[in-house]
Amino acid sequence: MTDVTASRFDSPSVVRDGLRHVDYLADDSIAGVVFLADRLGKPILVEGPAGTGKTQLAKSVAELTGARLIRLQCYEGLDESKALYEWNYKKQLLRIQAQRVGESAGEWSDIEEDIFSEEFLLTRPLLEAIRADEPVVLLIDEVDRVEVETEALLLEILSDYQVSIPELGTVAAKQIPLVFLTSNNTRELSEALKRRCLFLHIDYPDIAREKEIVLTKVGGITDSLAEQIVRIVRSIRSLELKKAPSVSETLDWARTLLLLGIDHVDAESAKETLHVLLKYQSDIEKAAKELSSSGAPGR
Amino acid sequence: MSDDLTALPAGFDGGMLETLAGFVTELRRAGIPVSLTENLDAMEAIRHVPLEDRSAFKYALAATMVKNNAHWKAFETVFEVYFSFRGSDYRLREEEGDGDVEAMLEELIGAREGEGGSGEGLSAEELAEMLYRALMDGNDALLRALARAAVTRYAGMEPGRPVGGTYYLYRTLRQLDLDGVLERMMAEAHAQVPSDLTELEERLARDEYESRLDALRREIESEIRRRLVADRGAEAVARAVRKPLPEDIDFMHASRDELVALRKAIAPLTRKLAVRLARKRRHGRKGPLDFRSTVRHSLSTGGVPADPQFRYPRPSKPEIMVIADISGSVASFARFTLQMVYAISSQFSRVRSFVFIDGIDEVTDYFKGTDDIGHAIHRINTEADVIWVDGHSDYGHAFETYWERWGKEISGKTTVLLLGDARNNYHASQSWVVAEMAKKARHVYWLNPEPRSYWDTGDSIVGQYAAHCDSAHECRNLKQLERFVEHLG
Repeated sequence: MTDVTASRFDSPSVVRDGLRHVDYLADDSIAGVVFLADRLGKPILVEGPAGTGKTQLAKSVAELTGARLIRLQCYEGLDESKALYEWNYKKQLLRIQAQRVGESAGEWSDIEEDIFSEEFLLTRPLLEAIRADEPVVLLIDEVDRVEVETEALLLEILSDYQVSIPELGTVAAKQIPLVFLTSNNTRELSEALKRRCLFLHIDYPDIAREKEIVLTKVGGITDSLAEQIVRIVRSIRSLELKKAPSVSETLDWARTLLLLGIDHVDAESAKETLHVLLKYQSDIEKAAKELSSSGAPGR
Repeated sequence: MSDDLTALPAGFDGGMLETLAGFVTELRRAGIPVSLTENLDAMEAIRHVPLEDRSAFKYALAATMVKNNAHWKAFETVFEVYFSFRGSDYRLREEEGDGDVEAMLEELIGAREGEGGSGEGLSAEELAEMLYRALMDGNDALLRALARAAVTRYAGMEPGRPVGGTYYLYRTLRQLDLDGVLERMMAEAHAQVPSDLTELEERLARDEYESRLDALRREIESEIRRRLVADRGAEAVARAVRKPLPEDIDFMHASRDELVALRKAIAPLTRKLAVRLARKRRHGRKGPLDFRSTVRHSLSTGGVPADPQFRYPRPSKPEIMVIADISGSVASFARFTLQMVYAISSQFSRVRSFVFIDGIDEVTDYFKGTDDIGHAIHRINTEADVIWVDGHSDYGHAFETYWERWGKEISGKTTVLLLGDARNNYHASQSWVVAEMAKKARHVYWLNPEPRSYWDTGDSIVGQYAAHCDSAHECRNLKQLERFVEHLG
């Protein structure tokens, strides 16, 4: 499976620089795992808190490699006909009826062969990714939302990059796509799935990286404001909250402050705009209280 | 392992292979499940990363073998023990600094290699002063070198002692007095600005300095580990520093750090549990036929109802009564159980909670109107009226009082959870109360945080109570607790 000549990147640092070029700031672990996934031809299972750029990673890698992004959004009740393929029942019916009307001496076996051909196949994201001629990046989003049984649908694709269709045979991939699976960790994924993937946990970025992200994504922000913002966010994240602020919320907050023309955050302006950063009333109250205290020693 | 040898690239000698084998074995001993395929994947993966790039090497191993973020810390510890001498990290940094730093470093290294480790190159005051400046400037390279010098000077490491280094860490940190350093840094931060720091600024500065001090602490710890490994070999050190994974930490004997780890681990765990229970409820069985939906779906098959649709079932939710012993030894167990039960309280029609030591009090109201379970637990510990005579557990009296005051509120829909180690200080057991409960309630369960082999030894009378319960469970760690609560929902 691992054809080294087909590899897209030379080294982890090439991945990192490339991603930086498309405005995604990767750290060592992200770049390293993406590099390995390409070399080993394995899917990446990306886990981590919401809003840390899991989905964005897949999009950015697609942009970087110039590949088409095929996305499968998972939800409860997702099944084969939505994820893999489906026979176009109505078209098949029409085909049979057309035969009857024409009264031509077609054998049933001919018709049968005909209506189970690719013409009557509706491809869904997974099959589409497998059959694509051009390079693709397959994103299977929020895979923890499907039931454990449905996970099994993915296994054949993830390990062998092929789909078996009983009426047609096995469709093997023309090229090995880069596959990203994201999970918000609302349930434990099956061992079988985890075993087939490389595991990548994306956590909240450290302060230097987050600052860089703010500077890159929010145009016109000053260095000192960005520094202040990420420091306050770090302080807030260290509290015990129902939902800690994510990177995207940090960015929203930075944009808000910029729009309001605030170039120096003090306790007042922070408190007034906290609702951008935090989504629960109890969290907002807690953070507001904490921010106006100076952080007692031995906290 | 030996059959993988052919798959390894040049540059991997037998020694490296042996280290890797030991590394994987240690991961498994630490409780991280590494399957054979994952092991092979790891071997394949490290062929593709440059060996001298330590962080790439680390992430290659992690991505292939550690598939659960809760295990990351354990992985990191083992990695550090096994691969601390390899890679560029250790020496390369020294080339980065400017001339000034380099000169100082040379002096320091000289001190380190000086016999006896007394650090002749620097006096204690000079060391403290340099450390302070490096912290103030956030100079990582210098900090690293200073951490090394500090360990040499203060840890007083004795070769061959089978320890995990906690003691050495303590000795080093005591000499450095980091709390004092923090105060001094804050004072300087104050002095740097003309006007007073606002409280927010002060807080931010403190957070920043604390994180630098944390980095220094970690640096010292890993320096100590490095030396331990050099002294006694990776395997011995790994054994000494092995810690249980968060889900395996024993409630009764958790240290302060472990309790913090537990508190962090419980949130994602309960979230998963709630989702799982909600799903189970919805998919456990099918509800009655949904006629309208069936007809609508039949339109796509020409009016033939080929695909019958069912309503979602709405099974009744149980009502939970938690009766928990909160005396010293089992307090943290009660805390985590209450936290878990309340976190998934949407899965129950009602949750009521009672706590006791020798008196008993209802604390349901503490959980109402607050989102913050930690806050409620704090109120339990400070406000609940649970002491009757002397503040030593008396299950008999607590149960009797409970039965008098709330016994009639147990109904056929109620599930009663009794939490405690049943160490009754040789008081009367009054186990008839549990027998009466079992008659009225749907289920009565006993959860005991002690290992099963300790039950009914000394003053433990859990057997007398358990005889009347549906079942009694050993519940020593999050894993066991989670399993039980899932069974409950």
